[in-house]
Amino acid sequence: MRQISYAQAGSEALVEELRRDPKTLVLSTDAAPALVEEFGDQRIRATPIAEGAVTGMAIGAAGSGYRPIVNWRIVTFSFVAMDQIVNQASKIHYMFGGQAKFPLVFRATVGGGGKLAAQHSQSPYSMFMNLAGLKIILPSTPYDMKGLMKSAIRDDNPVISFESSRLMGFKGDVPEEEYTLPIGKADVKREGSDITIVAIAWLVHEALAAAETLAKEGVSVEVVDPRSLFPLDAETIRTSVRKTGRLLIADEAGPTAGASAEIAALTAEDADTFACLKAPIKRVCALQVPVPYSPVLEDHVFPDRDKIAAGVRAVLG
Amino acid sequence: MQPIIIVRLRDKAEQAVHHIVGKSGHHLGNMRMQPSPNNQIEMLRQMQTIRRFEERASDDFHAGDIYGVVHCYIGEEAVAVGVCSALERDDRITSTHRGHGHCIAKGADLNRMMAELYGRETGYCKGKGGSMHIADFSIGMLGANGIVAGGIPIVTGAGLAAQLDGNGGVAVSFFGDGASNAGPFHESINIAAKWKLPMLYICENNLHSANTPASKTLALEDVAARAAGYGIPGVIVDGNDVMAVHDAATIAVARARAGEGPTLIECKTYRQSGHTERLEAYEHRTSEEIDLWKKKDPITQFANNLIQREGQLSEADWKQMDDEILQAIQASVDFAKASPFPKPESALDDIFAQ
Repeated sequence: MRQISYAQAGSEALVEELRRDPKTLVLSTDAAPALVEEFGDQRIRATPIAEGAVTGMAIGAAGSGYRPIVNWRIVTFSFVAMDQIVNQASKIHYMFGGQAKFPLVFRATVGGGGKLAAQHSQSPYSMFMNLAGLKIILPSTPYDMKGLMKSAIRDDNPVISFESSRLMGFKGDVPEEEYTLPIGKADVKREGSDITIVAIAWLVHEALAAAETLAKEGVSVEVVDPRSLFPLDAETIRTSVRKTGRLLIADEAGPTAGASAEIAALTAEDADTFACLKAPIKRVCALQVPVPYSPVLEDHVFPDRDKIAAGVRAVLG
Repeated sequence: MQPIIIVRLRDKAEQAVHHIVGKSGHHLGNMRMQPSPNNQIEMLRQMQTIRRFEERASDDFHAGDIYGVVHCYIGEEAVAVGVCSALERDDRITSTHRGHGHCIAKGADLNRMMAELYGRETGYCKGKGGSMHIADFSIGMLGANGIVAGGIPIVTGAGLAAQLDGNGGVAVSFFGDGASNAGPFHESINIAAKWKLPMLYICENNLHSANTPASKTLALEDVAARAAGYGIPGVIVDGNDVMAVHDAATIAVARARAGEGPTLIECKTYRQSGHTERLEAYEHRTSEEIDLWKKKDPITQFANNLIQREGQLSEADWKQMDDEILQAIQASVDFAKASPFPKPESALDDIFAQ
């Protein structure tokens, strides 16, 4: 099968959906020349650097029959648009009694590793998970990226596509033929019997690397990728934990009120799953600090395969 | 570029003539574009409907039948009616926290509005929105909004949709003097001007941002003067003169439909009621100021014009119209009270479109 990168998979999904549905349009502070050439400058709009207005305009266009895709570029810039995201986009369908649909996609990169310091190395997805009314995808592979992005663009609700900046060049199998993946369905990336690692985005790959190391030590690791943070597929995670009896959660975000906390709670509060736990749940997350610049400091802040492996050994005692 | 002021005067034939003058007093021209007599009477009916609806909403709020908060538009009715009478049904608007007037002027159903204020299942939002969040997408009313300036980008997106549709539709943003000081005002109008979106930006300058005088928050006296910064027309109009507002909106709508881009219209008006119908901590406005503006009440002025100067409406007609309006408002209250509250478990409905 052909291999394309995570970034190419996202672009391919976008182009295919722009061809498929003339009501789609792209609002971004920079317009890709290839998109403008194929779809014209009416549907591919280079906007001023005014994320608040652009995000709100996408809501209004969505409520008027269009399917806008807004590229915030880095999640950093979404914070400039927080009123439109929190007070408007996440509530507008519900608050008006469901009388109109708002098919919207917001794209933003998350994560660190680029030595870009605190403002440009953030993983704040749990802030958005807390808002009822937004769907959130966070794929870890080119295959998942393409299938989920196509579903996001076809969804009649606001969907945030968080995309791992560390994975942009990561290549993987993506079929030529058309496919979509359902939003809200986790994927077991590796089967195992001793411990479940629920890992998010880039850390899926670090968890798989840790699993290889641990296999040589006789430890069988199952790796579950939630792929969507809202809706979160608690059932697939619980099923895995009921099988292995142990859970480690790896997240590039800090632990406080994070996706990792939600996954731990959803697992522990289910009586049948709780009864199967042989050890306390462990989280391997970023340190709860603004991400620092210097490579030595940044590496210290983020989890990686070694920290995951050490965490697994600690859980196994 | 100085703002344009539209002054409503009378010519010798006692017909309304709007003299368009520059801010410095330079005469730029005249125009006559009056709605038909029947349409003028309909405009008066809408203004009085807004007034009576809100008087009742205020009473029922104080009686405990309406919850949360109610922001009344009393004194500003000429703006919503003057603008919406220049629009078509498919044109889209967004409103503010003070939104009942825009809903009624755009043609919303009184029963479903009152039922929403009463928190009932039959309300526009099935009881999920209340006074600050009424929308009716079927008539192009894209929603009141509890965030000052929050609706400006949203309706600018509706303007983008209208431009992409290419059907000559326009979109209208209603907002106050307070919103004109917020970032979304600048960001949105800059984009609309650059992209020549078919937009009207209607600033309802009621001289107060919640409980602070606009004079303490506006760097310039006239919001319309800011239009120069975007290279678009900025118009000042007497916001208590429904015909003047209508004419200013008509010019701007024609401009927008012709693809010439947005217009900023500042309607100088006054909020006769308090910021909300709740008991405010203090009232900073003097009774003299409020009384002065009540003498310039937009409904009284317009009704008197129609009765005394145009001969279109008799005192008896006016009384009968008011009686009919009061009956319609009572019917909306009866409808609301007869409607069930939503089922508690419906709180989980409509989080996502299926």
